[in-house]
Amino acid sequence: MEKISQSVVKKDHEPKMSGRSVYVGDYPGDGVLTGKLLRSTLARARVLDVELPVLPEGYFYVDKSDVPGDNNVNIVLDDTPVFARDTVEYIGEPIGMVAGPDVAVVNRILSEIKVSYEELEPVLDLRKADTVFFNYEYEKGDLKKALAEADKVYEEEFTTGYQDQTYLEPQGMMAEPEKNGHMYVHGSMQCAYYVHGAVMRVLGCRPDEVHIFQDVTGGGFGGKEDFPSILGCQVAVAAKKANAPVRCVFGRREDLEFTPKRHPSLCTYKVAVKDGKVTAMDIDVKFNGGAYTTLSAVVLQRGIICANGVYRIENLHVHGQALKTNTTPSGAYRGFGAPQTFFAVEMMMDHIARDLGVDSLKFKEAHLARQGDATSTSGKYHFPVPLPEMIEEVDRAADFRRKHLEYQKPQTGRYHKGIGMSLWFHGAGFTGSGERDFIKAVCKLHKFPDGTVEILASNGEIGQGLRTTFPKIVAHELNLPLDKVYYNHPDTARVPDSGPTVASRSLMIVGELLRRAAIKLRSQWKDGEDQVVEEHFKEPDFMIPFYLDKFQGDAYPTYAWGVGAIEVEIDTCTGTSKILGAYGSFDVGTPIDYNIVIGQMEGGFLQGIGYASIEQMNYDGRGRIRNNSFSDYLIPTTKDVPNLKCMLHVEKYPDGPYGAKGAGELPLVGAPGAYVEAVEQALGHGAKLNHAPFTAEDTLNEIRKEGK
Amino acid sequence: MDAIRFVLNGQEVSYEGSASDRLLDVLRNTYRTTSVKCGCKEGECGACSVLMDGVLVNSCCVAMGAVEHSSIVTMEGFRDTERYAVLDRAFAEISAVQCGFCIPGMVLAAEALLVKTPHPSDEEIREGLSGNLCRCTGYNAIVHAVSSAAKEGEGLW
Repeated sequence: MEKISQSVVKKDHEPKMSGRSVYVGDYPGDGVLTGKLLRSTLARARVLDVELPVLPEGYFYVDKSDVPGDNNVNIVLDDTPVFARDTVEYIGEPIGMVAGPDVAVVNRILSEIKVSYEELEPVLDLRKADTVFFNYEYEKGDLKKALAEADKVYEEEFTTGYQDQTYLEPQGMMAEPEKNGHMYVHGSMQCAYYVHGAVMRVLGCRPDEVHIFQDVTGGGFGGKEDFPSILGCQVAVAAKKANAPVRCVFGRREDLEFTPKRHPSLCTYKVAVKDGKVTAMDIDVKFNGGAYTTLSAVVLQRGIICANGVYRIENLHVHGQALKTNTTPSGAYRGFGAPQTFFAVEMMMDHIARDLGVDSLKFKEAHLARQGDATSTSGKYHFPVPLPEMIEEVDRAADFRRKHLEYQKPQTGRYHKGIGMSLWFHGAGFTGSGERDFIKAVCKLHKFPDGTVEILASNGEIGQGLRTTFPKIVAHELNLPLDKVYYNHPDTARVPDSGPTVASRSLMIVGELLRRAAIKLRSQWKDGEDQVVEEHFKEPDFMIPFYLDKFQGDAYPTYAWGVGAIEVEIDTCTGTSKILGAYGSFDVGTPIDYNIVIGQMEGGFLQGIGYASIEQMNYDGRGRIRNNSFSDYLIPTTKDVPNLKCMLHVEKYPDGPYGAKGAGELPLVGAPGAYVEAVEQALGHGAKLNHAPFTAEDTLNEIRKEGK
Repeated sequence: MDAIRFVLNGQEVSYEGSASDRLLDVLRNTYRTTSVKCGCKEGECGACSVLMDGVLVNSCCVAMGAVEHSSIVTMEGFRDTERYAVLDRAFAEISAVQCGFCIPGMVLAAEALLVKTPHPSDEEIREGLSGNLCRCTGYNAIVHAVSSAAKEGEGLW
């Protein structure tokens, strides 16, 4: 193993292990007001009146009329209000906030507020949604011709449900007015500068009048990408009015119901096959965006770019829409649109193979993209595509091919087995030219006279290990012991904007900037002096420019690759399934710390298995999310997948630090395809499954169908 | 109303509030033992796990009335022990800590398990930690850490 990959004790291990870390809910409450949101109880309505009880001294109510600046939270667009405008667009939409010293009194005030509504007809069904937030389309080759010349055209629809990030620490933000009139906002977040931009605008003040600090953050997985901007604005408005610190930490039910989750999807695939090979795909992707646009544009872009999976498809047409419904806005979740389309394309390939009477893995292998091939958007796979080797690695670990053949045979008795395999990639970094045109990352190294070096960047440690891996890179280049280099949680008053903690970009993009900064510092190093060096993002030379209007060019500089196999045993009496093994090979380039990267792979793969199998969340006929507790929304425990094996396959990326590529999101992306294929095989009888999660109830329903 | 007397991390304390208050809230707000985390407040996630007379409980589901005369141990007390030091090394060695939010509860669950079963199989470890949710790790590293702590700490449990 290379030196940089050797594991070290994580720099945040001690405070987290011992319970000394201070999360936003852990600051003492003296003098701090508790903020709680007044939420809409209807999915769509005009708000006619909000009648407040008499507020005791020291208690405050804020709503849109208290926003000093603009009542819109800047995310990608600006349509998400801080507090509801004249209408509410989903159940749970914040209308106002009550803040005060005693939480019991705050709760009483909330229960006594009378909101009168004029109820309007909500749109809840994605199939009936008619407000199109985003509409994208691209094509290559000659789809019409390929369809006309096909031996057979397959058409199938696939759906996926919500997935909640379910970080163990619920959302929480705190705003503190400072003596100089500035506002200090801190809490659990991934993107300090996103919060900075949003709060600044909502308070109508200059950049230096607001600063944002990321507290120790108890997990994010995308859930703390955009949402802390909204909650941060709400507490800032309340703190401004009260002229006192205001903290709002969500309860679990509030968090599960009213914070963004993975977009539910509806994908229709029309696939032409000639001479046993896929010649064309015509793909329609619909994502349920919920009530406001938040991050739907970028989630949808990523989703449609990988809609053809890891396969070389010469004739391709992809149409994607993010649609409005009167439900909780969907948002970012590890994978960011890709898990939905990868699930669809993997199941589609599997179903076609079965219809053709060929082995599904062989069928998939025959279509694999290779180095030098064009991507869906007529960019290029510039680097080796290691899928064939990775398939062999997983086959060896899982005994896949033998089991896949064996479980194909008719099974008798109560318990039936199945195994499935899924192949996928994850484009590393922002989609298209986002890094170059929008993010423009900057980072700094500050060397103190005593020779210690502080990393100045805005990426947040959220469990993925940045407080350790960033210093490892810098210490390596400067030949310093690791304890001489440190990275604290970002405060926007102190650090440059190196971009958000998203898109599996931090280590690959910012890590490389830090490596270059360290080389610069090394060349200028003067003992005993205080020195600062700065480094700016530069796009790799080999990139084919990406045009978003045409969806053409390199959507990503490189790709992380994944192969996963999942083996299940279903109980045909109860429908429950036992996961006998989950095996993954992951290529994220050089691991900057072996334990940290394996931890990412295991955690992400298990989240993907949860998404595929037990994590069911839906809303009722009124638009209410009912799976709002850990007894209704189940996430995997220690006992669900005891046999979880993750391996690393290293294909170095020359423009990432020491060959590292994006890692965090990859392991989740393809799990649903492998799991549902496995259940499908165990069910036998020609079952054709096309939705995830596929739960025990779904299995029982399928068995019942067979009985008829 | 009489105060509720109990032992917190080895110190005798008396709580003046209501017998129906939650142990979780009292630990965090009155005694400032904030290693005890609130992840759901309904006994599902285990982030608020503490030891009550040596038994692992979700402190969100314990009313203060039930705490009278008992001994409560949180991470603030446990982290000074030799057993903690062994678990600490094992968790550090394999980087089993990611976001950290579940960890204090998870480590106390490991302590409760090892007291009862000093030489646990992986399956027994998974059973012992099954009431503590972690969303980051996929659990493998935590299970390995507890297993290696059991071996390294031979005789301590």
